[in-house]
Amino acid sequence: MSDTSESTGDAGAAEDGGEGDSAAAVDSAAVAVDADAVRHVADLARVRLDDDEVDAFTDQFAEILEYFEALDEVPETERDEELVNVMRPDEVRDGLSQEEALSNAAETEDGFFVGPKVS
Amino acid sequence: MSTDYNAFITEATIEGDADAEGPLAGARVAVKDNISTAGVRTTCGSEMLADYVPPYSATVVDRLTEAGATVVGKANMDEFGMGTTTETSAFGPTKNPADPERVPGGSSGGSAAAVAAGEADVALGSDTGGSVRCPAAFCGVVGIKPTYGLVSRYGLVAYANSLEQIGPIAGTVEEAAAALDVIAGPDPHDGTTRDLADVEGADSDPNYAAAADGDVDGLAIGVPTELFEGADERVVETVEAAIADLEARGAETTEISLPSVEHAVQAYYVIAMAEASSNLARFDGVRYGDRADSDGNWNESFAETREQGFGAEVKRRILLGTYALSAGYHDKYYQKAQDARAWVRQDFEDAFADVDVIASPTMPVLPFELGESLDDPLRMYLADANTTPVNLANLPAISVPAGEADGLPVGLQFVGPKFGEETVIRAASAVEE
Repeated sequence: MSDTSESTGDAGAAEDGGEGDSAAAVDSAAVAVDADAVRHVADLARVRLDDDEVDAFTDQFAEILEYFEALDEVPETERDEELVNVMRPDEVRDGLSQEEALSNAAETEDGFFVGPKVS
Repeated sequence: MSTDYNAFITEATIEGDADAEGPLAGARVAVKDNISTAGVRTTCGSEMLADYVPPYSATVVDRLTEAGATVVGKANMDEFGMGTTTETSAFGPTKNPADPERVPGGSSGGSAAAVAAGEADVALGSDTGGSVRCPAAFCGVVGIKPTYGLVSRYGLVAYANSLEQIGPIAGTVEEAAAALDVIAGPDPHDGTTRDLADVEGADSDPNYAAAADGDVDGLAIGVPTELFEGADERVVETVEAAIADLEARGAETTEISLPSVEHAVQAYYVIAMAEASSNLARFDGVRYGDRADSDGNWNESFAETREQGFGAEVKRRILLGTYALSAGYHDKYYQKAQDARAWVRQDFEDAFADVDVIASPTMPVLPFELGESLDDPLRMYLADANTTPVNLANLPAISVPAGEADGLPVGLQFVGPKFGEETVIRAASAVEE
């Protein structure tokens, strides 16, 4: 695994020149979170927010992400996880009945889930 | 009950096996409302699942009822386990029986409050970053976070799979340990559970209740400076007095250092939020859960369903998790958090070369007043400083009452090496004497 960071020092380097790709932007000390960024992430996560929530989250995210900045001080660490595969024979067993599987759905039809229209 | 602590979201009975014998026969159990109970709604403290009725029970619920325990209700909790106070529940906050003006801790606040108020003998919670130990400490009861893989998560509604374990809460160490005896063990429905016969160095046939014998003669207790620094002085004094008491009974204490834990809270929240953003993607209102009336297309309908069904803290974590995993930020946050996790694990491993258990305050603060931290998420996160390292390292831990400060309960946490539950139980039982 290689370290993709280009900077050799950290704070102290000039921080203007906000041009460049996202990787360069990420290397700069302060992470800018504005309302548009919050709206963009909410859109990715499929969570609609009202304007008040966007405002509150913008302030809170700035504070929380600034706190997360301290992760930059963490040394790259060997991650030798003791992972083992857990295998079992693929045997037929009882599962949920169709009726049980559908029992909590808002809308069903002929034994299927009914979702919202696709477009 | 003269006071209603709002410990339960749903009061319902699931009868235990009347013929069973053993310490849990006839016991009343409160089950955290993110643990599935067949036929009894399981809300996760969320509007999203307010009417969700699981068609099957979690393995731990089956094991408790087979052991003769009767489920008396589904305990209140922070929505999807996301909180340290039980105030993010869509069903209103739980009050702390030790002081009804204060929070019971979280996220398993209803579970701990039910035990503290005598409304249940034993409770189940789930602990992702301290959610069993924090409310146990705040309510003055005992809570155990088992080693990752000791207890089945089948039927636990997932928040952050790589971190969480179901654990028992009870009035005494022995009762909590007896409940752990019942729920622990491999489960074919959860591939992350381990058979202790296959774990090197583990006792393959443990008896947790029997380990609560109070014998700490010769026990080597590590005291990490990092987990005392920054804690409330009243908490530190109470915990130090309890540790001194153990020294008087033959335990030996050593000051140790765990430099990595300074980064545990950041690493924990990045990993937990990232896993949450993925796990909670399932709540789209189609197969289960609340669905918004929407004329929009698939994506719009999902977004409206999730706007309506999730509370602020859940949205905050889903969004921050999505952000931390998004292009350009994945290496900066998620990868660094995984480095920190490996570092924390290494630090504990090194420490356990020299000591048997590690002792600290469970919570660095006394219970918050109701409403005090609700609008300041970062402040709430920082309260998890001493509990989150344990989840990052997959270790067992217990919180036991160490005494009171200003009339409020203070919890002492013992952390043990992997599958070293008996050692932390033994140490904690000595604190009770």
